[in-house]
Amino acid sequence: MTLDTIAPDTIFALSSAPGKAGVSIIRVSGSCAWQSLEVITKGQALPEPRKTKVATLTNPNEGDIIDHAMIIGFKAPHSFTGEDIVEYHCHGSPAILDELLAVLGTMKGHRMAGHGEFTRRAFDNGCLDLTEAEAIADLIDAETKIQKEQALLQMGGALSSLYNGWAEDLTRALAYVETVIDFPDEDVPDTETAKAKPAIEKLQQDISFHLNDDRRGERLRNGIQLAVIGVPNVGKSSLVNLLAQRDVAIVSDMAGTTRDVIEAHLNLGGYPVILADTAGLRPEQIGSEGQEGIESEGIRRAIKKAKEADIRILVFDASKQEIDTNTLDLMDENSVLVVNKSDLSPKAIDMFPVKPILISTKTGENIDQLLSVLTDKIAKEFTVSRETPSLTRERHRQNLEECGRFLDSALGQTQPELIAQDLRFAVNSLGRITGRVDVEDLLDVIFKDFCIGK
Amino acid sequence: MNTTSQNQYDVIVVGGGHAGCEAAAASARMGAKTALLTHKLDTIGVMSCNPAIGGLGKGHLVREIDALDGIMARIIDQAGIQFRMLNASKGPAVRGPRAQADRKLYRDGMQALLKEYPNLTLVEGGAEDLIIEGNKTAGIVTEAGERLKCRSIVLTTGTFLRGLIHRGEEKIPAGRIGEAPAVGLAKTLEDLGFPLARLKTGTPARLDGRTIDWDVLDAQKPDKKPVPFSYLTDEITVPQIDCHITYTNEKTHQIIRDNLHRAPMYSGQIEGEGPRYCPSIEDKVVRFADKDRHQIFLEPEGLDDHTVYPNGISNALPIDVQVEMLKSVKGLENAKVIEWAYAIEYDYCDPRDLKNTLESKRLSGLFLAGQINGTTGYEEAAAQGLMAGLNAALQTKSESSETAEIFTLDRADAYIGVLIDDLISRGAPEPYRMFTSRAEYRLLLRSDNADQRLTDKGIALGCVSVSRETVWNQKKLALAEARDMVEKLNAIPDKLVKAGLNVNQDGRRRSAFELLRYPHIKWVDLEPIWPELSDVDIAIREQIEIDALYAGYLGRQKSEIESFRKDEALKLPERLDYADIGGLSNEVRQKLELVRPETLGAASRIPGVTPAAVIALLRHVKKRAA
Ligand SMILES: Cc1cc2nc3c(=O)[nH]c(=O)nc-3n(C[C@H](O)[C@H](O)[C@H](O)COP(=O)(O)OP(=O)(O)OC[C@H]3O[C@@H](n4cnc5c(N)ncnc54)[C@H](O)[C@@H]3O)c2cc1C
Ligand SMILES: Nc1nc2c(ncn2[C@@H]2O[C@H](COP(=O)(O)OP(=O)(O)OP(=O)(O)O)[C@@H](O)[C@H]2O)c(=O)[nH]1
Ligand SMILES: [Mg+2]
Repeated sequence: MTLDTIAPDTIFALSSAPGKAGVSIIRVSGSCAWQSLEVITKGQALPEPRKTKVATLTNPNEGDIIDHAMIIGFKAPHSFTGEDIVEYHCHGSPAILDELLAVLGTMKGHRMAGHGEFTRRAFDNGCLDLTEAEAIADLIDAETKIQKEQALLQMGGALSSLYNGWAEDLTRALAYVETVIDFPDEDVPDTETAKAKPAIEKLQQDISFHLNDDRRGERLRNGIQLAVIGVPNVGKSSLVNLLAQRDVAIVSDMAGTTRDVIEAHLNLGGYPVILADTAGLRPEQIGSEGQEGIESEGIRRAIKKAKEADIRILVFDASKQEIDTNTLDLMDENSVLVVNKSDLSPKAIDMFPVKPILISTKTGENIDQLLSVLTDKIAKEFTVSRETPSLTRERHRQNLEECGRFLDSALGQTQPELIAQDLRFAVNSLGRITGRVDVEDLLDVIFKDFCIGK
Repeated sequence: MNTTSQNQYDVIVVGGGHAGCEAAAASARMGAKTALLTHKLDTIGVMSCNPAIGGLGKGHLVREIDALDGIMARIIDQAGIQFRMLNASKGPAVRGPRAQADRKLYRDGMQALLKEYPNLTLVEGGAEDLIIEGNKTAGIVTEAGERLKCRSIVLTTGTFLRGLIHRGEEKIPAGRIGEAPAVGLAKTLEDLGFPLARLKTGTPARLDGRTIDWDVLDAQKPDKKPVPFSYLTDEITVPQIDCHITYTNEKTHQIIRDNLHRAPMYSGQIEGEGPRYCPSIEDKVVRFADKDRHQIFLEPEGLDDHTVYPNGISNALPIDVQVEMLKSVKGLENAKVIEWAYAIEYDYCDPRDLKNTLESKRLSGLFLAGQINGTTGYEEAAAQGLMAGLNAALQTKSESSETAEIFTLDRADAYIGVLIDDLISRGAPEPYRMFTSRAEYRLLLRSDNADQRLTDKGIALGCVSVSRETVWNQKKLALAEARDMVEKLNAIPDKLVKAGLNVNQDGRRRSAFELLRYPHIKWVDLEPIWPELSDVDIAIREQIEIDALYAGYLGRQKSEIESFRKDEALKLPERLDYADIGGLSNEVRQKLELVRPETLGAASRIPGVTPAAVIALLRHVKKRAA
């Protein structure tokens, strides 16, 4: 079969951000990647795989020089995609990039890569498992440093090694039971089944601990929710604008300016945060009709938001005598108390159950302190660690919950074939996350750990 | 071109071992004119090694063979001298019938049955070469130079292909001890490009029972009420005997360790891979060095035969070491040896080269079954023989192999399906043996319900005799009636509690079937409430109790089976060009090209084929279909 008759399998694309830059990278992946390199660097020695080399790139069609670029190549399967890869590190001028991309487009078997196609190939070629592929998608989407760390961890296989580790533990536990079933005439006492129990219990604990992380990983991936709550006119919108450093919400001295939930995305000390401005709480308005009806709905939404949020910023007015009890009722350990308008009258802040932060959105007083208190609170909740990588997807959560239910059931069974069946279901649930299950693994454990046979 | 008229036979089965007997009988039952060609007519049905049939997984296979009207179960029912239901204390899904055989009764029973089998001719002789016409099998050339013409061939030559026996430094070309190997046929297969490789297995010495000190040993009793293998056998009438158990000890192990350099597996004399689950005593001593003893079952080989098979100490040590070793074992101090232990290395044909009918992908009309495909064990051999025999016969009923009807079973139908699928998708890197843990749907694939799973399929195919069909139809009817009855009978908790049953007082009516799902409620507990239940036959009520016991799990398993069958339904084109499929690594592509899986599901079970590769395959096939 000649190259002409097969569908082009070699893909290329600009891999760095588009636009002018110091250096831009064009990546080529597929069986013809080295052939096009040979054409473009005609007459020059090819670089050794995994070693960089500077070369002159010429346009084979026109004969002109495209650029002096740094080349690095990889040979299948030792590359990101598992295929042959060549990367051109060119000078980042649009003219150079356009010409090189155009030239590659004329090469035999080459075509422009589709969105995410490099990653998909890596996944297709078994270089990545599902969690790792998901992580790369996350990494590309990651907007803040902490999100990036989490994605990198997952990409490095922290999650899959955690899940695969569990699958291995479970397979070992299962092997005890299967051995009792399949080798009744051997010197294997029936009590081997009991040996599976501690392992199952331990795993159950680990999984439920991992699940009970209050969706930390998922929340981190999607953005941590912060809600600003308080009576009308305390300066909620002013605070949101100040923290977001732009005019997100309308500010006015009219009570009840903000009617709906308004969200602003920001980066707080490396954490992705979704800051929500809300309608001022005036519970007496709830249930009203007409104009007030709109406000009433706004207040309902505000309270809902306050409850869903990961962290609540409860705002009080320094110039008011009494502390609003509706706001205070929403306080819990994930709340930050703020007294605004310190420029007007420094209120006696010892009337609060915990010490609030006295700020002024007008003068900027203590805003730094507020920021650092918020960041600390978030950091405490959302630390990313290699030892305990967080769940990042609903898909993982559902399968883990299912796994947990089978483990429960296994512990409640006495008959070995039913224990084994529950454990098999449980292993399958784990396997669905990373996409790996195999019977031979089980037999390997059996024959390694037990002396079986005549 | 249809050459049937000038053929002596439709199907020739080569080899009279367990695969061959079952294949010949199956082909003949299908109405094909069948010949069984084997070296010696009086070694038909010989057990090369352990004189026992059944066990976990294996017993399941025997029941399935019987459900398709095969012969193994009926013969062992006439020859079994110690029946035991393994795992009797565990749940019904993992109970496996096993029987030790009187070798002679088994062999004689098999020979008598086959001699009278309709459509079957027994032919003595060795197969030396294949006759091939236009890329298809057309017959066999015997060692005597005779040409036997036929349409399809089933090769079941066991351990005979270039068999080589090892015992210490000694090497003897043989298929079994005292029988010549098949060299010509191996050469033919090699020339045709069949992927041959070596495996090894071993057998222990045979002892003279009159020289064993039985009094110092513990006895193992047969079951009080032996349960037959065959659905057609009402009762076992062969006398039942005891076995005895002894153990190796530190001294035995020391003798073995001191002589490892003379054991062919360790001296490098054997290249073939041996079975991990059936390790030789050398292997056990090396790999499980911390175990201070290994169990030996002393199994009499027959009612009027003093030969004893010491199950657990197969080896290939030189004779002088075997002498020392046996002497060190309690009860065997003075035992006389009738036949020394040995290991055998033989050619097998990588089964990934076969279709799911066990027909070769390379040579149309040639089917392979039994140990030649890398399995060990009589039951595994017989199961393959049955399937190969059925399909070989089916093929002779149509013009070409492309248009021939086929008969296959999948992983959710039967252990037979698991066996064949494992072989064709994974190959046999070591001798393959069945275990219940290989079956994903173990709670469904039970030895008690093989007839419910398979007999109707067999009837539809035409391989089931009228007598079995009648018996099965009666049972089927009785099952349906009883099931209907227990589902219809129901009562409120009040009434149940008054009858002494422990159920929730929630006011909800419960059917008798639902009640049977409680582990503490048995059929007899329900008889006082509904006296009509006492009329139901014991065998039938046991079936329903088992169904009820597993009902919850079977529901979930059913949904797994549905998704499994969805992947099985996605057929991959036979001539699929894997180079065409984007996103397959070279490694995965090579694996797929080697196996050429028939379905997407089969592709996913090939070791090393990643889930991602399966998705790429799916994408490709869907794209082509669109
Ligand atoms: C030494 C030894 C140890 C074993 N140990 C074990 C064990 O521990 N566990 C276990 O499960 N199984 C064991 N087995 C395997 C078991 O015996 C076989 O798996 C089973 O018998 C295979 O059945 P089969 O029908 O494929 O072949 P076999 O039973 O080997 O029958 C082959 C038949 O084909 C005939 N034949 C061969 N070549 C030709 C030819 N060219 N022309 C005509 N006829 C031919 C032979 O005469 C023979 O009758 C052992 C076998 C041997 C020999
Ligand atoms: N003096 C002083 N005035 C402030 C401060 N913060 C906000 N204000 C004023 O308070 C008024 C209300 O501010 P907003 O930010 O609209 O208040 P709000 O809480 O969003 O009000 P609603 O949307 O109506 O619930 C505006 O006139 C602001 O200028 C502050 O720190 N000091
Ligand atoms: Mg506002």
